Amino acid sequence: MFYQESGQFSTRYRQDGRALRLWQQRAALWALLLLAFGLLPFIGNDYWFSAILIPFLVLSLAGLGLNLLTGYAGQLSLGSAAFMAVGAFASYKLQFLLPGLPLLLSFVAGGVVAAIVGVVFGLPSLRIKGFYLLVSTLAAQFFVEWLLTKFAWFSNGNESGVITAPPLLVAGHDFGSPAGRYLLTLSVVLPLFVLAANLVRSSLGRNWMAVRDMDTAAAVIGIPILRTKLLAFAISSFILGVAGSLWAFTYLGTVEPHGFDLSRSFQVLFIIILGGMGSILGNFLGAAFIVLLPIVLSILSGSLLSGVLPAGQLENLQKIIFGVLIILFLIKEPDGLARLWQGWRARARLWPLRF
Amino acid sequence: MKNHLHTLKGAVVLALGLAAASATAQAGGEQYFPLQSYRVGPYAAGGTGFFGGFIDYLQYVNIKEGGVNGVKLSWSECETEYVVEKGVECYERLKKGLNGAPAAATNPLSVGIAYATLERSTADKLPLITINHGRTDSTDGSVFPYVFPLQLNPYSEVSAIINYIGQKSGGLAKLKGKKIAVLYHGSPYGKETNPILELLSKKYGFQLVSLEVPHPGNEQQSQWLTIRQQKPDWVILRGWGVMNPVALKTAQKTGYPADHIIGNIWSNSEEDAAPAGAAAKGFISITTHPSGTQFPVLQGIKKTVLDAGKGNLADAKRFGTVYYNLGVVNGILNVEAVRLAQAKFGKKPLTGEQVRWGFEHLHFDDKRLKEVGALGLLQPLQLSCADHEGGGAVRFQQWDGQQWKVISPWVQADRKLLRPIIEDSSHKYAKEKGITPRDCSKES
Repeated sequence: MFYQESGQFSTRYRQDGRALRLWQQRAALWALLLLAFGLLPFIGNDYWFSAILIPFLVLSLAGLGLNLLTGYAGQLSLGSAAFMAVGAFASYKLQFLLPGLPLLLSFVAGGVVAAIVGVVFGLPSLRIKGFYLLVSTLAAQFFVEWLLTKFAWFSNGNESGVITAPPLLVAGHDFGSPAGRYLLTLSVVLPLFVLAANLVRSSLGRNWMAVRDMDTAAAVIGIPILRTKLLAFAISSFILGVAGSLWAFTYLGTVEPHGFDLSRSFQVLFIIILGGMGSILGNFLGAAFIVLLPIVLSILSGSLLSGVLPAGQLENLQKIIFGVLIILFLIKEPDGLARLWQGWRARARLWPLRF
Repeated sequence: MKNHLHTLKGAVVLALGLAAASATAQAGGEQYFPLQSYRVGPYAAGGTGFFGGFIDYLQYVNIKEGGVNGVKLSWSECETEYVVEKGVECYERLKKGLNGAPAAATNPLSVGIAYATLERSTADKLPLITINHGRTDSTDGSVFPYVFPLQLNPYSEVSAIINYIGQKSGGLAKLKGKKIAVLYHGSPYGKETNPILELLSKKYGFQLVSLEVPHPGNEQQSQWLTIRQQKPDWVILRGWGVMNPVALKTAQKTGYPADHIIGNIWSNSEEDAAPAGAAAKGFISITTHPSGTQFPVLQGIKKTVLDAGKGNLADAKRFGTVYYNLGVVNGILNVEAVRLAQAKFGKKPLTGEQVRWGFEHLHFDDKRLKEVGALGLLQPLQLSCADHEGGGAVRFQQWDGQQWKVISPWVQADRKLLRPIIEDSSHKYAKEKGITPRDCSKES
């Protein structure tokens, strides 16, 4: 009832190839874009930009990177944070090696370096699968963190290994304010999402899914396994690398290798598990869940329960509630929030009739 | 359908809760302290002690004096778990003040969070207090007007330790040919002092053995075997959290005497020594403030706050421990800055920019220390536009198996030697960021 999709026919091939085939979807997307670019920069405050929107966008992008690899190509990885770190430190270092390198190009360059590292650590995927691959990507996680901590060259001679963001100048404009950093992040994240949404519908994306579902069968029907898997690692790492640069430059402004530790990798993994493996929208939903829910819990407990319980117990209580909510969600919908969203859409289509 | 309603109801409840939380009733007349505290996670021992002491001191000022010149102090907490992005979120959440009361200063007690909020707090004109830690070159207030590594920055810390070893050996000249090992935590905090130790080793001619312990430091067998082979005269322990007791236990196992291990400023609490049991006996560490409850200010807190059942510590036995007393010291310094700033700007709630002036003019001599009841707890201290550290002295204490015993008077760091290095670094930062340093001769 809310949602009529009958009567929308494609009459041209171009229309048939669209990512969003219903006008409702397109209208919703345009409305969202208008909101994100046109309205939010004017009505948001520092807190919303710096503490909620920017980390939400960056983590969505990181989720997207891992989702291409794990959700679409079926290669498990626990090295997401390592590739983010490579991206961040590479963009930082390149800014110094090539003075005058435009900021956006340094993000891309950071992504490219991360992609190369990703391919190297993706090589074992040709021989090993599943949990064994997980362990070999875990090696990437520890190796990169060790490397960046050990050699001060990567942090430009800073003994303590901390890097700080250069001025955020794009074409002479300073994006250093919270709203500016938000806009910059959004403008980097969105094109990559558009790219990925189209990529998974391309022949490469279909190859990925074939490899995910059964790689022997995929090989038999002539899909080049080597190329497909390595491309998955490269593209996934590229996106993670860009996410890492954004994390360091537009979100925190300063970062140390330890900021990209194993728990960050788990965080990205949880985003795609909660959001939905093999779904583009799921990355946003998962990131929103991971970023927003702890903050909501903390604000609620601060206003409703402060004084009732000692502060330390209150913090532990929030962790318990957060954990319980994750378990409940996964019991109710093991396929993630994106699947839940699809269910709601299907219901809305029939409303007021019963599903 | 029923499900729909449920979700909707949930959303409405949530939204109402959020609205209630963010609604601000104008109270005014209060000075607010945003507390980025940590009470869970691996470093909870430090966080609960420090923020417990800080909050208790603020309560004490409110009860005993009705606030600072009648301006009540208020605060609220936000949990960071010592995690950088949570600290940033908390900073952004709390920086605007509470119920109209403006924020005075932020005290994250975390190097990572301090680094991440350094530029933010400068832009927001809110002082960032990193007592006994932080970024060394922020001592240069002409480049870092809003950052205050009060009492002791990391460079002063090692310099004072070397001076003490010099004293013990019968003069700094006797350091020549000695061997000193440093065992440091593999983090920005741990590595911060490596260049300065190398410099001191060249200057005084001692041999330096640097050994890194990867975070979190619960396995140190190979490092201590190296120490046994190298036989250094002293070991400087630059640890944090679980790394400290493990170091002491492993030292005992490999036969290195505890009374030749000197713990740095974050290896100096009861929580660092006690878990190592007998292995910690004789362990020496530096401190900017002794533990103990005999100081008048602590007695006052005990009487007005703890005995009234309002103490912030979950475990009252930790009253008077190193972390707790650091919180009290931090409270004294913050409140004094507010008091000084009020003398200049008027007896009303002040903005961060005004409180910053107070911090820059902090001045504690023996007379003032006696007045606040902290003689012997806090070192004499004078800050200025160029010098945001102020003290640079430490005392040495020794663990007797039960508690810390102070074993030395104040030992000064060689601040004249360190100053040019700090300025080099801060000027490099200024150039990188395009900051024009203030002219401190023109500041009042």
